[in-house]
Amino acid sequence: MTQLALVIDLNVCVGCHACVTSCKEWNTSGWAGPMTDQRPYDADPTGVFFNRVQTYEAGVFPNTETYHFPKSCLHCEDPPCVPVCPTGASYKREDNGVVLVDYDKCIGCKYCSWACPYGVREFDEQQKVMKKCTLCIDRITDMTLPESERKPACVLACPTRARIYGDIHDPDSEVSVAIREQGGYALQPEWGTKPSNHYLPRRKTRIQIHEDELVRVDNPLKKEELPTLPDVGETLDDVAW
Amino acid sequence: MHPAFSVIFLTTLIGVGQGLFLALYTGQLYALANLLPAQSSNFYAVGSMVSLALLFAGLIASFFHLGHPERAWRAATQWRTSWLSREVLALPAAMGLIFLYGTVHFFDLTKPLFVISGTLPVDFSLIMGGLGTFAVFGLFLCTAMIYASLRFIKAWYSPLTVANFLFLGVASGFMLAAAFSAYQGTSLVGFYGTWAVIATLFGLLTRVATLYRNGQFRCKVDLKSAVGVHHSQLEQKAQGFMGGSFNTREFFHGRSQGLLNLIRYAFLLMVFVVPVILILLAYVLESETLPLLAFGIQYLGLILERYHFFTEAQHPQNLYYQSMA
Ligand code: SF4
Ligand code: SF4
Repeated sequence: MTQLALVIDLNVCVGCHACVTSCKEWNTSGWAGPMTDQRPYDADPTGVFFNRVQTYEAGVFPNTETYHFPKSCLHCEDPPCVPVCPTGASYKREDNGVVLVDYDKCIGCKYCSWACPYGVREFDEQQKVMKKCTLCIDRITDMTLPESERKPACVLACPTRARIYGDIHDPDSEVSVAIREQGGYALQPEWGTKPSNHYLPRRKTRIQIHEDELVRVDNPLKKEELPTLPDVGETLDDVAW
Repeated sequence: MHPAFSVIFLTTLIGVGQGLFLALYTGQLYALANLLPAQSSNFYAVGSMVSLALLFAGLIASFFHLGHPERAWRAATQWRTSWLSREVLALPAAMGLIFLYGTVHFFDLTKPLFVISGTLPVDFSLIMGGLGTFAVFGLFLCTAMIYASLRFIKAWYSPLTVANFLFLGVASGFMLAAAFSAYQGTSLVGFYGTWAVIATLFGLLTRVATLYRNGQFRCKVDLKSAVGVHHSQLEQKAQGFMGGSFNTREFFHGRSQGLLNLIRYAFLLMVFVVPVILILLAYVLESETLPLLAFGIQYLGLILERYHFFTEAQHPQNLYYQSMA
């Protein structure tokens, strides 16, 4: 079975919010829209977003590390938000594992949001139904798009390629390899909700090299011996060794 | 959690209504066993209608919680998995049976249908009441399990939640039954008052145990597990917006600890202490109005109790919404 998901690389996310704005842009006018706002130009603006980028800081100044943490529905493999829904409006797609809300069935009881420990469902105050990340279901299932564009809007927008998209049940997919080889982890694993989205941790990539390794001491083939330049009459060709 | 008054009224009103019905039926059973004087059918009919009216008022209150009340019928479809859906079925079932119970009494359709072992005459009201009792207990279970089944909200995830809903509903219902019989001038005030006090004391036991439990535990997850950064000094700097969102409105009560303490003492007094004293006084003074006062104060206390119940719940999603910048 397919389980589509995102893998978010906290090692490269710079917190630019490009995924947030591209998500809102695509989805507010797409299948999952509108994503309504209240008082957008007033002192206290608020509205529906499927994706938010938060910022955390670890450590004590000056030894701190800043984490930009994009957060959206994790499309759990065992989603606690689905069985509690009294109307069946919340469901998990059989074919690709995406968790969705049918706005035509939702009665706006908000019970699903109580049952999600990640705080990623947002109630639309204007349409009075529950909304959440659809993994851009209208993009990823649209066969008229070229394959390179059959990806969530946030993935296409990310300037640092911090967001990888694919099937985590296919062991050879880019996401599975990333999770396996770069320490991908799930949020709040204690609950057993088995989130499909994973995060890649911060990694230090330093090479181990010593000073003496930069200059060859023995130099057996005399490769690094520079030709001595003649005092006069040098041309460009003479230095192009 | 943010306490929603629609849900506070729903749970307290149907609790009283269910308790009142149980009181009426208990009275009938006692009368059948000749332990109490039999009441006029009018007593049961009017009592059932009061109970029904309370359940109906609760139902109306619940509609205010919904974004799309016109689609509420859809909520009956997922009873296999959702306690909320089960409640949506149990509530009308209980209302229907209570209505039938009242109607049977109103039209005096209480001729025995058959007699069990020569001593127990079974009539329509007995059958309807028995079924109604099942439905009412089922409804108590469904209502409480809506909260008690949310394993992430540890303050609710406990059998104590079910016990509280049951005992507090029964207590307030019997309290109302005492007030009702005092008003009707029947001799059942003492009987209902006694059971009201017993249920109230059971409720005191489980509610205080809940308060104690909720003061003790720590949540299974913390910020480190929520973000996946296992550093001892981890702090949120920005939650991604500055104007608030559904997540900051729905899951935070925004009340000061001082106010919550006040509410806690107030509900402990108004639900458990004052009504018991008033009922005892009513018994001694043979007063007709004190039981009504006892019920009124207990009901107001229950509103505060339910308010506090919601503020007690700490949702793990709050870990992600600690600082605004
Ligand atoms: S992250 Fe929350 S809303 Fe999304 S599938 Fe999991 S429990 Fe449901
Ligand atoms: S708010 Fe809508 S999707 Fe969520 S539980 Fe209620 S009916 Fe289901």
